[in-house]
Amino acid sequence: MSTADNVETKEHKIVRTKNVRRVYRMGNEEVHALRGITMTVQAGEYISIMGPSGSGKSTLFNMVGGLDKPTSGSVYIDEVDVAELDAYELAWLRCRKIGYIFQSFNLIPVMTALENVTLPMVFAGVSTDESRDKGVELLSKVGLGERVLHKPFELSGGQQQRVAIARAMANDPAIILADEPTGNLDLATGKEIIEMLKQMNDEFDVTIITATHDMKMLAASDRIVWITDGRVDRIERREDLDIEVGSVGGDTEGGVEASLRGEGEEEEGEQENQEQ
Amino acid sequence: MPERGGLFEEKDRAGVGRQIVLPWSKAFEISMKSLKIRFWRSMITMSGIILAIAFLMSIWTSNAFLSSFKIAVLEEQGEGAAKSPPPKTVDSQENEQAEEPIARLRKALTKQKEDLEETGLSAKDIWLVVLSLLVCVVGIVNAMLMSVTERIREIGTMKCLGALNGFIVKLFLLESSLQGIAGTAIGIILGFILTFLRTYVYYGGATVAHFPGGGIAFCALMALLVGSFLSVFAAIFPAYRAAGMQPVDAMRVEE
Repeated sequence: MSTADNVETKEHKIVRTKNVRRVYRMGNEEVHALRGITMTVQAGEYISIMGPSGSGKSTLFNMVGGLDKPTSGSVYIDEVDVAELDAYELAWLRCRKIGYIFQSFNLIPVMTALENVTLPMVFAGVSTDESRDKGVELLSKVGLGERVLHKPFELSGGQQQRVAIARAMANDPAIILADEPTGNLDLATGKEIIEMLKQMNDEFDVTIITATHDMKMLAASDRIVWITDGRVDRIERREDLDIEVGSVGGDTEGGVEASLRGEGEEEEGEQENQEQ
Repeated sequence: MPERGGLFEEKDRAGVGRQIVLPWSKAFEISMKSLKIRFWRSMITMSGIILAIAFLMSIWTSNAFLSSFKIAVLEEQGEGAAKSPPPKTVDSQENEQAEEPIARLRKALTKQKEDLEETGLSAKDIWLVVLSLLVCVVGIVNAMLMSVTERIREIGTMKCLGALNGFIVKLFLLESSLQGIAGTAIGIILGFILTFLRTYVYYGGATVAHFPGGGIAFCALMALLVGSFLSVFAAIFPAYRAAGMQPVDAMRVEE
């Protein structure tokens, strides 16, 4: 994976995980959600973490986003070990450097679109006027310039997710983390959201990390990390994917996988099912 | 657009780059909105405070009225004693008829004499007031805990956006105290009006003639303090529970 041409940012590793394991305790049972994951995300990359539900995809995603701490191993965000950050530094990191996008949009229901977008800027200490101007600008950018004063329940799912994208971009983050951003949206709207993320990626050079099982995401991603059973199954670059952008439907997953050449940290070993 | 170098380079420049804030004005705004959108629920929670404080206020106010009457009667008696030492003359009977409200007052007062010694409140009254305030606190704690559970996602989202635990505590305490102060104010007014009416029906014009303005103002102030303190106190546990929520919770899909 060092040969592809869009690795020009190779020198700047924005996120790096080293042998990350995560064990949950459920009663007397130990659930191994992650069994040693080592991966790197370059600055400015659009990366998708894919895998069936229960594969540990969401857990890995939370680790990378500094939302969860590994049982063993380390997560480095810009070469800083997340485990060493105190509560204040973590809050600062989340506020200034990471933008979050959720499957169910997670807008604050009592606030208007604009207030939702300006909230991270309020936390960051930006003045009211400045944050309002920037909020309007961001909302216009995602095509909601006319709806800045709408409450979340007055917006459609796609519109809410666009507000969420604007909110994620509020403090010019280095990373956007999107957890199943298209999961609650229909096909066309999901496509729009993916295009919008791609646009942010191109225009602002923001690193985008998504956890998804939406095949539409493949076309936009620079690299795809396949997670199975708490391990990295394989990591693929888009150029290696033998697929036509338009032809990827929900039913072709098997076909797509068959046509992919596996590479990366493939691990053989016991595959006992850790899901209950 | 904006240049993005190392993530933490800003952090090293202490000062503007590092701050994470939630100004009081903004916190106030958010709390007001949260209360407004759950208006009826807030009203129900508030009604607990209203009733408890109205009860407290009515006990204190009627006590203030009775004390005021008692002083008036004592003064009257002192004057009467000085004027006409023999108690049962035609004169004094006429006098009593002329000042009928005072006579009724005297009768009422002899009944409650024990209650009105020094402290002014009977043990039973104190017990009832404490009990009603306790019930009110339990009600607020319950309502706030419900509100926390209902807003796990909202809290998690705020933490993902960079909110410190302190912000969440601030928001919840502010919300509860706003609710508490409003409820207390209504309770004070309600308690006062009801007690005034009751006293007026019993004692008539004397209620106005011997209106203990200062005493009642003091009662109102005390009730306001008690109500505000209790509503903040009741919200402390729920607020800290809310602040302890992990941002991962915001990722949960279930509503």
